[in-house]
Amino acid sequence: MSCGDPVSRHLEAYFDGELDLVRSLEMERHLSECEACSATLRSHRALRSALAHPSLYHEGPNGLESRVRTELRKPSKDTKSVARVGWRWRAIAASLPVIATVAWALVAIPRAPSDEQLVSQEVVSAHVRSLMAEHLTDVASSDRHTVKPWFNGKLDFSPEVKDLAGDGYPLVGGRLDYIGGRGAVALVYRRGNHPINVFIWPETDAGGDGEGSVRGYNVVRWRRAGMRYWAVSDLNLPELRELARDLQR
Amino acid sequence: MDPIELERFERTVLPHMRAAYNLARWLARSDHDAEDVVQEACLRAFRFFGGFRGGDAKAWLLTIVRNTSYSAWHRVGTAGTTVPLDEDTPDVEDGSPGPEDLLLQKASGQEVREALDALPVEFREVVVLRELEGLSYKEIAEVTQLPIGTVMSRLARARARLRRELRERLQRGPS
Repeated sequence: MSCGDPVSRHLEAYFDGELDLVRSLEMERHLSECEACSATLRSHRALRSALAHPSLYHEGPNGLESRVRTELRKPSKDTKSVARVGWRWRAIAASLPVIATVAWALVAIPRAPSDEQLVSQEVVSAHVRSLMAEHLTDVASSDRHTVKPWFNGKLDFSPEVKDLAGDGYPLVGGRLDYIGGRGAVALVYRRGNHPINVFIWPETDAGGDGEGSVRGYNVVRWRRAGMRYWAVSDLNLPELRELARDLQR
Repeated sequence: MDPIELERFERTVLPHMRAAYNLARWLARSDHDAEDVVQEACLRAFRFFGGFRGGDAKAWLLTIVRNTSYSAWHRVGTAGTTVPLDEDTPDVEDGSPGPEDLLLQKASGQEVREALDALPVEFREVVVLRELEGLSYKEIAEVTQLPIGTVMSRLARARARLRRELRERLQRGPS
């Protein structure tokens, strides 16, 4: 149901209160004359009032907030696992010489995942998500002069964007992503059929370079000019390393 | 743990826990999963609180809740709950607004809940964020990490799908 007037394209934005004053007034003038658009607006309102049914809002269970507050006050994971071993220690100490037990406990203390492991999990999840939702790029372009300005105003830093088509890693585009609770740049490259996400965000604290494999994806990380870089792909590790080297050139 | 930082976190972020649970529950399949997601998301949020630049705390927390939900699906291998969307082909024909839609107001809470639950998660989440949480297009774009134009077209399509689901349920009559 559309009246064909170009104004009507903004009807839903008007309904959502997203139009500026001038366009709102223009829309109201149009609505006073257009029965088709008025009917559409009534239909939108009917759907909204159906969705306003209070039973649609899921209220959390009692005590969830206080459980979270307690959880936040607990010591970090490292000390928690030590405490667990401490409990085991008492059980075993009853039957073994103390020295042997201490030696065992030292070996058996489970290590909490490091920040780097957590970030690598997030980076790989972001990579998978970009492929799964078919949302690889927000700006699809092999021209770095198109990709780089696209990020202006979307983030509080400006990434270095290189096209490596000459090295066999053509730039496909860029995307905004979200890693470790902050906005990150994702540059997308391609090697044959393998998409590669290169995530970039500013990082001031010193973390090492490294590489590894997470859930079947290869990851390489490095730092350059105050930025943290993570490259993720199903591409083999030597070729991913080569891309990382080219980007650090 | 810095007590001042913790106090600031609790004051800024925890007021939005009700919204966090609502979103988590609409994305999860059970109360239990939603609770786990909210707990994990709050702990993650606290860990990353240093990176929070004092903008919109609700959108910031909901972003983490959404990411935590999606990561949880990956862990249990239920990624198949999402469907690839083709943003370019709006399915307006069978869900476009019509005069009979005034009847939609008569739908029971249960019918609306089932209709919303029947939507693919990419549609469900934008409806929940807009209609139940009252987020603006810009905030929805932040939470879903989509461009605003995509948010608008996805919301329009989600509403069309929801209208269709509801009409079908109303025609079938009470089950």
